[in-house]
Amino acid sequence: MALQLPRDWRLQAQRYRLLGAKCRGCGRVVVPIRPVCPGCGSDDVETIKLSGRGEVYSYTVMYKVPDSFERSVPYVVALVRLEEGALISAQITDVEPEEVVVGLPVEVVFRQWRQYGADGHIVYGYKFRPVMPGMAATQ
Amino acid sequence: MKTVAPVGLVGYGAYVPRYRLAASEVAAVWQGGRDHLPVREKSVPGPDEDAVTMAVEAALNAVSRAQVDPAELGAVYVGSESHPYAVKPSSTMVAEAIGAGPSVLAASFEFACKAGTEALQAALGLVGAGMVPYALAIGSDTAQGRPSDELEYTAGAGAAALIVGPAEGALAVVEGSRSYVTDTPDFFRRAGQKYPRHGGRFTGEPGYFGHVLPAAEALLADLGHGPEDYAAVILHQPNAKFPAKAAADLGFRPEQWEIGLLVGQIGNAYAGSSLIGLTAVLDQAGPGDRILLVSFGSGAGSDAFSLVVTDKVSARQGLAPKTMDYVKRRRPIDYALYARYRGKLAV
Ligand SMILES: [Zn+2]
Repeated sequence: MALQLPRDWRLQAQRYRLLGAKCRGCGRVVVPIRPVCPGCGSDDVETIKLSGRGEVYSYTVMYKVPDSFERSVPYVVALVRLEEGALISAQITDVEPEEVVVGLPVEVVFRQWRQYGADGHIVYGYKFRPVMPGMAATQ
Repeated sequence: MKTVAPVGLVGYGAYVPRYRLAASEVAAVWQGGRDHLPVREKSVPGPDEDAVTMAVEAALNAVSRAQVDPAELGAVYVGSESHPYAVKPSSTMVAEAIGAGPSVLAASFEFACKAGTEALQAALGLVGAGMVPYALAIGSDTAQGRPSDELEYTAGAGAAALIVGPAEGALAVVEGSRSYVTDTPDFFRRAGQKYPRHGGRFTGEPGYFGHVLPAAEALLADLGHGPEDYAAVILHQPNAKFPAKAAADLGFRPEQWEIGLLVGQIGNAYAGSSLIGLTAVLDQAGPGDRILLVSFGSGAGSDAFSLVVTDKVSARQGLAPKTMDYVKRRRPIDYALYARYRGKLAV
Protein backbone atom coordinates (compact mmCIF):
# COMPACT_ATOMS: atom_id res chain seq x y z
CA MET A 1 0.00 0.00 0.00
CA ALA A 2 2.87 2.37 0.77
CA LEU A 3 4.00 2.14 -2.87
CA GLN A 4 0.49 1.95 -4.25
CA LEU A 5 -0.65 5.35 -2.96
CA PRO A 6 1.70 7.53 -5.08
CA ARG A 7 1.02 5.38 -8.15
CA ASP A 8 -2.74 5.64 -7.70
CA TRP A 9 -2.41 9.39 -7.26
CA ARG A 10 -0.28 9.77 -10.40
CA LEU A 11 -2.78 7.85 -12.56
CA GLN A 12 -5.82 9.49 -10.99
CA ALA A 13 -6.65 12.06 -13.70
CA GLN A 14 -6.73 9.50 -16.53
CA ARG A 15 -8.61 6.96 -14.42
CA TYR A 16 -11.18 9.48 -13.17
CA ARG A 17 -11.92 11.15 -16.50
CA LEU A 18 -11.01 8.35 -18.92
CA LEU A 19 -8.19 10.07 -20.74
CA GLY A 20 -6.28 8.38 -23.54
CA ALA A 21 -3.36 9.04 -25.85
CA LYS A 22 -3.92 9.86 -29.53
CA CYS A 23 -1.10 9.59 -32.05
CA ARG A 24 -0.76 12.68 -34.23
CA GLY A 25 0.96 10.53 -36.84
CA CYS A 26 -1.34 7.57 -37.50
CA GLY A 27 -4.36 8.63 -35.41
CA ARG A 28 -4.35 5.55 -33.17
CA VAL A 29 -5.92 5.98 -29.71
CA VAL A 30 -4.70 3.97 -26.70
CA VAL A 31 -5.66 3.68 -23.05
CA PRO A 32 -3.91 3.95 -20.64
CA ILE A 33 -1.77 6.82 -21.86
CA ARG A 34 1.58 5.76 -23.33
CA PRO A 35 4.35 8.14 -24.45
CA VAL A 36 5.01 6.21 -27.68
CA CYS A 37 2.39 5.08 -30.21
CA PRO A 38 2.26 1.25 -30.33
CA GLY A 39 1.00 1.50 -33.92
CA CYS A 40 3.73 3.51 -35.67
CA GLY A 41 6.31 4.16 -32.96
CA SER A 42 5.84 7.94 -33.06
CA ASP A 43 6.31 9.89 -29.83
CA ASP A 44 4.08 12.72 -31.13
CA VAL A 45 1.05 11.79 -29.00
CA GLU A 46 -1.55 14.02 -27.33
CA THR A 47 -3.79 13.39 -24.31
CA ILE A 48 -7.51 13.36 -25.16
CA LYS A 49 -10.71 12.90 -23.20
CA LEU A 50 -12.59 9.88 -24.53
CA SER A 51 -16.36 9.89 -25.13
CA GLY A 52 -16.85 6.98 -22.76
CA ARG A 53 -19.10 5.09 -25.15
CA GLY A 54 -18.34 1.73 -26.70
CA GLU A 55 -19.32 -1.92 -26.75
CA VAL A 56 -18.24 -5.16 -25.12
CA TYR A 57 -15.60 -6.87 -27.29
CA SER A 58 -15.00 -9.87 -25.01
CA TYR A 59 -15.53 -10.60 -21.33
CA THR A 60 -14.92 -12.97 -18.45
CA VAL A 61 -16.72 -13.52 -15.13
CA MET A 62 -14.52 -13.26 -12.03
CA TYR A 63 -15.21 -15.49 -9.01
CA LYS A 64 -11.85 -15.73 -7.20
CA VAL A 65 -10.42 -12.29 -6.52
CA PRO A 66 -8.26 -10.38 -4.00
CA ASP A 67 -9.93 -9.53 -0.66
CA SER A 68 -10.59 -5.88 -1.42
CA PHE A 69 -12.79 -6.82 -4.41
CA GLU A 70 -14.77 -9.53 -2.65
CA ARG A 71 -17.97 -7.58 -2.03
CA SER A 72 -18.64 -7.43 -5.80
CA VAL A 73 -18.15 -11.14 -6.61
CA PRO A 74 -19.11 -12.44 -9.11
CA TYR A 75 -18.30 -9.56 -11.44
CA VAL A 76 -17.53 -9.08 -15.10
CA VAL A 77 -14.27 -7.83 -16.57
CA ALA A 78 -14.43 -6.96 -20.25
CA LEU A 79 -12.43 -5.65 -23.12
CA VAL A 80 -14.46 -2.68 -24.30
CA ARG A 81 -14.05 -1.32 -27.83
CA LEU A 82 -14.41 2.45 -27.46
CA GLU A 83 -15.95 4.67 -30.16
CA GLU A 84 -12.47 6.08 -30.74
CA GLY A 85 -11.23 2.58 -31.61
CA ALA A 86 -9.15 1.82 -28.50
CA LEU A 87 -9.62 -1.42 -26.60
CA ILE A 88 -9.74 -0.98 -22.85
CA SER A 89 -9.92 -3.52 -20.06
CA ALA A 90 -12.49 -2.58 -17.40
CA GLN A 91 -15.13 -3.89 -15.05
CA ILE A 92 -18.75 -3.90 -16.23
CA THR A 93 -20.89 -2.73 -13.32
CA ASP A 94 -24.64 -2.43 -12.63
CA VAL A 95 -25.17 -5.67 -14.49
CA GLU A 96 -25.75 -9.36 -13.82
CA PRO A 97 -23.09 -11.60 -15.44
CA GLU A 98 -25.74 -13.38 -17.54
CA GLU A 99 -26.84 -10.04 -19.07
CA VAL A 100 -23.43 -9.39 -20.64
CA VAL A 101 -23.03 -10.31 -24.31
CA VAL A 102 -20.46 -9.45 -26.96
CA GLY A 103 -21.60 -6.22 -28.64
CA LEU A 104 -23.47 -4.89 -25.57
CA PRO A 105 -23.47 -1.05 -25.79
CA VAL A 106 -21.85 0.42 -22.67
CA GLU A 107 -21.01 3.85 -21.22
CA VAL A 108 -18.37 4.97 -18.75
CA VAL A 109 -19.16 5.60 -15.06
CA PHE A 110 -17.04 6.70 -12.10
CA ARG A 111 -16.91 4.06 -9.35
CA GLN A 112 -14.82 2.70 -6.51
CA TRP A 113 -12.13 0.32 -7.74
CA ARG A 114 -10.90 -0.94 -4.38
CA GLN A 115 -10.39 -0.01 -0.73
CA TYR A 116 -7.13 -0.71 1.06
CA GLY A 117 -8.84 -1.96 4.22
CA ALA A 118 -11.12 0.06 6.51
CA ASP A 119 -8.34 2.56 7.32
CA GLY A 120 -6.63 2.75 3.91
CA HIS A 121 -7.27 4.88 0.88
CA ILE A 122 -10.09 4.34 -1.60
CA VAL A 123 -9.16 4.02 -5.27
CA TYR A 124 -11.66 5.37 -7.79
CA GLY A 125 -11.76 5.13 -11.56
CA TYR A 126 -13.68 4.27 -14.71
CA LYS A 127 -15.96 1.29 -15.16
CA PHE A 128 -18.63 0.68 -17.77
CA ARG A 129 -22.33 -0.13 -17.50
CA PRO A 130 -25.05 -0.95 -20.02
CA VAL A 131 -26.20 2.35 -21.60
CA MET A 132 -28.94 4.00 -19.49
CA PRO A 133 -32.42 3.28 -20.77
CA GLY A 134 -33.82 6.47 -22.27
CA MET A 135 -30.43 7.78 -23.35
CA ALA A 136 -29.56 5.21 -26.04
CA ALA A 137 -31.37 7.15 -28.77
CA THR A 138 -30.10 10.64 -27.92
CA GLN A 139 -26.38 9.85 -27.68
CA MET B 1 -32.81 36.10 1.57
CA LYS B 2 -32.09 37.56 -1.83
CA THR B 3 -28.87 37.94 -3.79
CA VAL B 4 -27.68 41.36 -4.99
CA ALA B 5 -27.39 40.18 -8.58
CA PRO B 6 -30.19 37.91 -9.90
CA VAL B 7 -29.19 34.24 -10.02
CA GLY B 8 -30.70 30.93 -11.00
CA LEU B 9 -30.08 27.32 -11.91
CA VAL B 10 -28.33 26.84 -15.25
CA GLY B 11 -28.11 23.07 -14.96
CA TYR B 12 -29.37 20.20 -12.83
CA GLY B 13 -28.83 16.46 -12.64
CA ALA B 14 -29.79 13.50 -10.52
CA TYR B 15 -28.54 10.02 -9.78
CA VAL B 16 -30.25 7.04 -8.14
CA PRO B 17 -28.55 3.63 -7.87
CA ARG B 18 -30.32 0.67 -9.50
CA TYR B 19 -30.82 -1.72 -6.60
CA ARG B 20 -34.09 -1.68 -4.63
CA LEU B 21 -34.95 -3.23 -1.29
CA ALA B 22 -38.67 -3.68 -0.68
CA ALA B 23 -39.87 -2.58 2.76
CA SER B 24 -41.63 -5.96 2.96
CA GLU B 25 -38.15 -7.63 2.85
CA VAL B 26 -37.07 -5.67 5.93
CA ALA B 27 -40.33 -6.42 7.71
CA ALA B 28 -40.07 -10.13 6.88
CA VAL B 29 -36.59 -10.38 8.43
CA TRP B 30 -37.24 -8.42 11.60
CA GLN B 31 -40.92 -8.56 12.36
CA GLY B 32 -42.37 -11.51 10.46
CA GLY B 33 -44.12 -9.00 8.19
CA ARG B 34 -46.23 -5.99 9.18
CA ASP B 35 -48.97 -3.84 7.73
CA HIS B 36 -47.93 -0.21 7.89
CA LEU B 37 -44.82 0.27 5.80
CA PRO B 38 -43.48 3.84 5.43
CA VAL B 39 -42.38 3.32 1.79
CA ARG B 40 -42.82 0.63 -0.87
CA GLU B 41 -39.11 0.23 -1.53
CA LYS B 42 -35.82 2.10 -1.22
CA SER B 43 -32.76 2.51 -3.40
CA VAL B 44 -29.58 0.69 -2.39
CA PRO B 45 -26.12 1.58 -3.71
CA GLY B 46 -24.07 -1.11 -5.43
CA PRO B 47 -20.89 -2.42 -3.78
CA ASP B 48 -18.72 0.04 -5.77
CA GLU B 49 -20.81 3.14 -5.02
CA ASP B 50 -20.61 5.81 -2.32
CA ALA B 51 -21.62 9.44 -1.81
CA VAL B 52 -18.73 10.61 -4.02
CA THR B 53 -19.42 8.33 -7.01
CA MET B 54 -23.11 9.26 -6.92
CA ALA B 55 -22.26 12.96 -6.62
CA VAL B 56 -20.00 12.69 -9.67
CA GLU B 57 -22.71 11.22 -11.90
CA ALA B 58 -25.30 13.78 -10.77
CA ALA B 59 -22.73 16.56 -11.34
CA LEU B 60 -21.85 15.35 -14.84
CA ASN B 61 -25.57 15.32 -15.69
CA ALA B 62 -25.83 18.92 -14.41
CA VAL B 63 -22.78 19.91 -16.48
CA SER B 64 -24.35 18.32 -19.61
CA ARG B 65 -27.52 20.35 -19.10
CA ALA B 66 -25.74 23.61 -18.23
CA GLN B 67 -23.33 23.21 -21.17
CA VAL B 68 -20.75 24.91 -19.02
CA ASP B 69 -17.08 23.92 -19.17
CA PRO B 70 -16.34 22.42 -15.70
CA ALA B 71 -13.20 24.59 -15.67
CA GLU B 72 -15.52 27.61 -15.34
CA LEU B 73 -16.96 26.38 -12.03
CA GLY B 74 -15.81 28.64 -9.21
CA ALA B 75 -17.05 26.38 -6.42
CA VAL B 76 -17.79 22.70 -5.86
CA TYR B 77 -19.83 22.08 -2.71
CA VAL B 78 -20.84 18.58 -1.61
CA GLY B 79 -23.39 18.12 1.16
CA SER B 80 -23.63 14.66 2.73
CA GLU B 81 -23.76 12.78 6.00
CA SER B 82 -22.09 9.76 4.41
CA HIS B 83 -18.85 11.26 3.10
CA PRO B 84 -16.62 8.20 2.43
CA TYR B 85 -13.76 9.71 4.46
CA ALA B 86 -14.07 11.25 7.93
CA VAL B 87 -11.03 13.38 7.07
CA LYS B 88 -10.48 14.09 3.34
CA PRO B 89 -12.96 16.25 1.50
CA SER B 90 -15.42 14.67 -0.93
CA SER B 91 -15.48 17.96 -2.84
CA THR B 92 -11.90 17.67 -4.12
CA MET B 93 -12.57 14.15 -5.43
CA VAL B 94 -15.73 15.32 -7.19
CA ALA B 95 -13.92 18.37 -8.63
CA GLU B 96 -11.09 16.20 -9.99
CA ALA B 97 -13.49 13.63 -11.45
CA ILE B 98 -15.58 16.16 -13.37
CA GLY B 99 -12.60 18.24 -14.51
CA ALA B 100 -13.13 21.32 -12.31
CA GLY B 101 -10.27 23.26 -10.76
CA PRO B 102 -7.61 23.27 -9.46
CA SER B 103 -8.54 27.00 -9.18
CA VAL B 104 -11.85 26.29 -7.47
CA LEU B 105 -13.35 26.68 -4.03
CA ALA B 106 -14.17 23.19 -2.72
CA ALA B 107 -15.92 22.32 0.53
CA SER B 108 -17.98 19.57 2.09
CA PHE B 109 -21.15 20.43 3.99
CA GLU B 110 -22.81 18.52 6.81
CA PHE B 111 -26.26 19.09 8.29
CA ALA B 112 -28.06 15.74 8.24
CA CYS B 113 -30.59 15.75 5.40
CA LYS B 114 -30.25 19.45 4.59
CA ALA B 115 -26.53 19.45 3.75
CA GLY B 116 -27.37 19.70 0.03
CA THR B 117 -29.64 22.74 0.26
CA GLU B 118 -27.14 24.38 2.59
CA ALA B 119 -24.56 23.95 -0.20
CA LEU B 120 -27.12 25.55 -2.53
CA GLN B 121 -27.57 28.59 -0.24
CA ALA B 122 -23.79 29.07 -0.19
CA ALA B 123 -23.59 28.70 -3.99
CA LEU B 124 -26.33 31.30 -4.49
CA GLY B 125 -24.43 33.73 -2.30
CA LEU B 126 -21.13 33.29 -4.15
CA VAL B 127 -22.65 33.75 -7.60
CA GLY B 128 -25.00 36.49 -6.42
CA ALA B 129 -22.06 38.43 -5.04
CA GLY B 130 -20.22 38.14 -8.33
CA MET B 131 -17.27 36.24 -6.84
CA VAL B 132 -17.57 33.31 -9.27
CA PRO B 133 -19.45 32.84 -12.57
CA TYR B 134 -20.83 29.40 -11.71
CA ALA B 135 -21.05 27.27 -8.56
CA LEU B 136 -21.95 23.60 -8.21
CA ALA B 137 -24.01 22.45 -5.21
CA ILE B 138 -24.59 18.74 -4.58
CA GLY B 139 -26.54 16.70 -2.06
CA SER B 140 -25.50 13.02 -2.01
CA ASP B 141 -26.02 10.26 0.54
CA THR B 142 -25.86 6.52 1.04
CA ALA B 143 -27.81 6.54 4.28
CA GLN B 144 -27.51 3.67 6.76
CA GLY B 145 -30.04 2.56 9.35
CA ARG B 146 -29.26 0.18 12.19
CA PRO B 147 -30.52 -3.31 11.26
CA SER B 148 -34.13 -3.70 12.56
CA ASP B 149 -34.41 0.06 13.22
CA GLU B 150 -37.35 1.96 11.73
CA LEU B 151 -34.83 3.82 9.53
CA GLU B 152 -33.84 0.62 7.77
CA TYR B 153 -37.11 0.69 5.85
CA THR B 154 -36.42 4.13 4.42
CA ALA B 155 -32.67 4.96 4.50
CA GLY B 156 -32.02 5.14 0.77
CA ALA B 157 -29.37 6.49 -1.58
CA GLY B 158 -29.16 9.10 -4.31
CA ALA B 159 -27.71 12.41 -5.37
CA ALA B 160 -28.72 15.64 -7.05
CA ALA B 161 -26.52 18.41 -8.40
CA LEU B 162 -27.41 22.01 -9.27
CA ILE B 163 -25.26 24.53 -11.12
CA VAL B 164 -25.96 28.10 -10.06
CA GLY B 165 -25.23 30.91 -12.52
CA PRO B 166 -26.42 34.35 -13.61
CA ALA B 167 -30.22 34.63 -14.01
CA GLU B 168 -30.00 35.55 -17.71
CA GLY B 169 -28.72 32.07 -18.59
CA ALA B 170 -30.86 30.22 -16.06
CA LEU B 171 -33.49 27.54 -16.69
CA ALA B 172 -35.02 28.52 -13.34
CA VAL B 173 -34.51 31.85 -11.56
CA VAL B 174 -34.26 31.86 -7.76
CA GLU B 175 -36.69 34.49 -6.41
CA GLY B 176 -35.67 34.21 -2.79
CA SER B 177 -34.72 31.84 0.00
CA ARG B 178 -34.97 31.37 3.76
CA SER B 179 -33.15 29.33 6.39
CA TYR B 180 -34.64 28.40 9.77
CA VAL B 181 -32.74 26.46 12.44
CA THR B 182 -32.98 25.58 16.15
CA ASP B 183 -31.02 23.27 18.45
CA THR B 184 -33.31 20.21 18.48
CA PRO B 185 -32.16 16.71 19.53
CA ASP B 186 -34.44 14.83 17.14
CA PHE B 187 -31.75 12.65 15.55
CA PHE B 188 -28.00 12.27 15.93
CA ARG B 189 -24.96 10.08 15.38
CA ARG B 190 -21.95 10.45 17.67
CA ALA B 191 -18.47 10.54 16.15
CA GLY B 192 -17.14 7.02 15.44
CA GLN B 193 -20.58 5.39 15.58
CA LYS B 194 -21.78 3.59 12.46
CA TYR B 195 -25.51 4.11 12.96
CA PRO B 196 -27.58 7.12 14.07
CA ARG B 197 -30.19 7.29 16.86
CA HIS B 198 -33.36 9.27 16.94
CA GLY B 199 -34.74 11.18 19.84
CA GLY B 200 -38.16 9.50 19.80
CA ARG B 201 -40.92 12.05 20.24
CA PHE B 202 -38.84 14.87 18.75
CA THR B 203 -38.96 13.44 15.22
CA GLY B 204 -42.35 14.68 14.02
CA GLU B 205 -43.73 17.85 15.62
CA PRO B 206 -40.69 19.75 16.99
CA GLY B 207 -38.39 18.29 14.33
CA TYR B 208 -39.82 18.03 10.83
CA PHE B 209 -43.00 20.11 11.09
CA GLY B 210 -41.42 22.60 13.49
CA HIS B 211 -38.95 23.67 10.80
CA VAL B 212 -40.44 22.89 7.39
CA LEU B 213 -43.64 24.85 8.08
CA PRO B 214 -42.13 28.08 9.49
CA ALA B 215 -39.39 28.15 6.81
CA ALA B 216 -42.00 27.80 4.05
CA GLU B 217 -44.40 30.29 5.65
CA ALA B 218 -41.66 32.89 6.12
CA LEU B 219 -40.54 32.62 2.49
CA LEU B 220 -44.09 32.84 1.16
CA ALA B 221 -44.64 35.93 3.33
CA ASP B 222 -41.36 37.50 2.11
CA LEU B 223 -42.49 37.09 -1.50
CA GLY B 224 -46.19 37.78 -0.95
CA HIS B 225 -47.06 34.43 -2.51
CA GLY B 226 -49.69 31.84 -1.66
CA PRO B 227 -49.89 28.12 -2.47
CA GLU B 228 -52.02 28.90 -5.53
CA ASP B 229 -49.05 30.69 -7.13
CA TYR B 230 -47.07 27.42 -7.34
CA ALA B 231 -47.06 24.70 -9.98
CA ALA B 232 -45.17 22.33 -7.69
CA VAL B 233 -43.92 21.99 -4.12
CA ILE B 234 -41.14 19.66 -2.94
CA LEU B 235 -40.59 19.06 0.77
CA HIS B 236 -37.99 16.83 2.41
CA GLN B 237 -39.20 13.22 2.27
CA PRO B 238 -38.21 11.00 5.23
CA ASN B 239 -41.37 8.96 4.54
CA ALA B 240 -44.49 9.46 2.42
CA LYS B 241 -46.66 10.78 5.24
CA PHE B 242 -44.74 13.81 6.57
CA PRO B 243 -44.31 15.78 3.30
CA ALA B 244 -47.92 15.17 2.24
CA LYS B 245 -49.22 16.33 5.63
CA ALA B 246 -46.93 19.39 5.75
CA ALA B 247 -47.82 20.41 2.19
CA ALA B 248 -51.52 20.04 2.94
CA ASP B 249 -51.10 22.09 6.14
CA LEU B 250 -49.51 24.84 4.03
CA GLY B 251 -52.55 24.82 1.74
CA PHE B 252 -51.16 22.86 -1.23
CA ARG B 253 -53.09 20.24 -3.17
CA PRO B 254 -51.86 16.68 -3.96
CA GLU B 255 -51.30 17.45 -7.67
CA GLN B 256 -48.76 20.09 -6.58
CA TRP B 257 -46.65 17.69 -4.50
CA GLU B 258 -47.06 14.34 -6.24
CA ILE B 259 -44.54 14.86 -9.11
CA GLY B 260 -41.68 15.58 -6.73
CA LEU B 261 -42.60 13.00 -4.09
CA LEU B 262 -40.37 10.00 -4.84
CA VAL B 263 -39.79 8.57 -1.35
CA GLY B 264 -42.16 5.63 -1.96
CA GLN B 265 -39.94 4.44 -4.84
CA ILE B 266 -36.41 5.35 -3.71
CA GLY B 267 -36.64 5.87 0.06
CA ASN B 268 -35.12 8.83 1.89
CA ALA B 269 -31.96 9.88 0.07
CA TYR B 270 -31.07 12.24 2.96
CA ALA B 271 -29.11 15.20 1.57
CA GLY B 272 -30.29 14.14 -1.89
CA SER B 273 -33.95 13.73 -0.91
CA SER B 274 -35.70 17.05 -1.61
CA LEU B 275 -33.16 17.98 -4.33
CA ILE B 276 -33.87 14.77 -6.30
CA GLY B 277 -37.56 15.68 -6.02
CA LEU B 278 -36.70 19.09 -7.49
CA THR B 279 -34.88 17.49 -10.45
CA ALA B 280 -37.92 15.30 -11.18
CA VAL B 281 -40.10 18.43 -11.20
CA LEU B 282 -37.65 20.34 -13.44
CA ASP B 283 -37.68 17.40 -15.90
CA GLN B 284 -41.37 18.11 -16.49
CA ALA B 285 -41.54 21.86 -15.86
CA GLY B 286 -42.53 24.50 -18.39
CA PRO B 287 -41.76 28.23 -18.67
CA GLY B 288 -43.45 30.31 -15.95
CA ASP B 289 -43.90 27.42 -13.52
CA ARG B 290 -43.19 28.49 -9.95
CA ILE B 291 -41.62 25.88 -7.63
CA LEU B 292 -41.27 25.80 -3.84
CA LEU B 293 -38.46 23.65 -2.38
CA VAL B 294 -38.10 23.11 1.38
CA SER B 295 -35.51 20.79 2.90
CA PHE B 296 -35.22 19.50 6.44
CA GLY B 297 -32.18 18.32 8.36
CA SER B 298 -32.25 16.94 11.87
CA GLY B 299 -30.50 18.88 14.56
CA ALA B 300 -32.51 20.80 13.16
CA GLY B 301 -33.33 23.17 10.30
CA SER B 302 -34.91 23.87 6.95
CA ASP B 303 -33.88 25.81 3.85
CA ALA B 304 -36.66 27.11 1.60
CA PHE B 305 -36.33 28.32 -2.00
CA SER B 306 -38.75 29.79 -4.50
CA LEU B 307 -37.92 29.33 -8.20
CA VAL B 308 -39.50 30.43 -11.45
CA VAL B 309 -38.84 28.29 -14.51
CA THR B 310 -37.76 30.11 -17.70
CA ASP B 311 -38.11 29.34 -21.40
CA LYS B 312 -34.57 27.85 -21.39
CA VAL B 313 -35.77 24.73 -19.59
CA SER B 314 -37.12 22.75 -22.54
CA ALA B 315 -33.88 22.76 -24.54
CA ARG B 316 -31.94 21.40 -21.55
CA GLN B 317 -34.25 18.72 -20.12
CA GLY B 318 -33.18 16.11 -22.68
CA LEU B 319 -29.42 16.69 -22.40
CA ALA B 320 -28.97 14.11 -19.61
CA PRO B 321 -30.91 11.13 -18.25
CA LYS B 322 -34.14 12.18 -16.53
CA THR B 323 -34.67 11.45 -12.87
CA MET B 324 -37.49 9.02 -13.61
CA ASP B 325 -35.13 7.10 -15.98
CA TYR B 326 -33.06 6.34 -12.88
CA VAL B 327 -36.10 5.61 -10.72
CA LYS B 328 -37.44 3.15 -13.30
CA ARG B 329 -34.03 1.47 -13.78
CA ARG B 330 -34.49 -0.92 -10.86
CA ARG B 331 -33.28 -4.33 -9.82
CA PRO B 332 -34.96 -5.70 -6.68
CA ILE B 333 -32.62 -7.50 -4.27
CA ASP B 334 -33.33 -9.56 -1.17
CA TYR B 335 -32.23 -8.79 2.38
CA ALA B 336 -29.25 -11.15 2.17
CA LEU B 337 -27.70 -9.41 -0.85
CA TYR B 338 -28.54 -6.02 0.69
CA ALA B 339 -26.66 -6.98 3.86
CA ARG B 340 -23.62 -8.00 1.81
CA TYR B 341 -23.63 -4.86 -0.41
CA ARG B 342 -23.99 -2.53 2.57
CA GLY B 343 -21.29 -4.21 4.66
CA LYS B 344 -23.72 -5.25 7.39
CA LEU B 345 -22.15 -8.70 7.71
CA ALA B 346 -19.02 -9.03 9.85
CA VAL B 347 -16.87 -11.68 8.10
ZN1 LIG C 1 0.90 6.22 -34.42
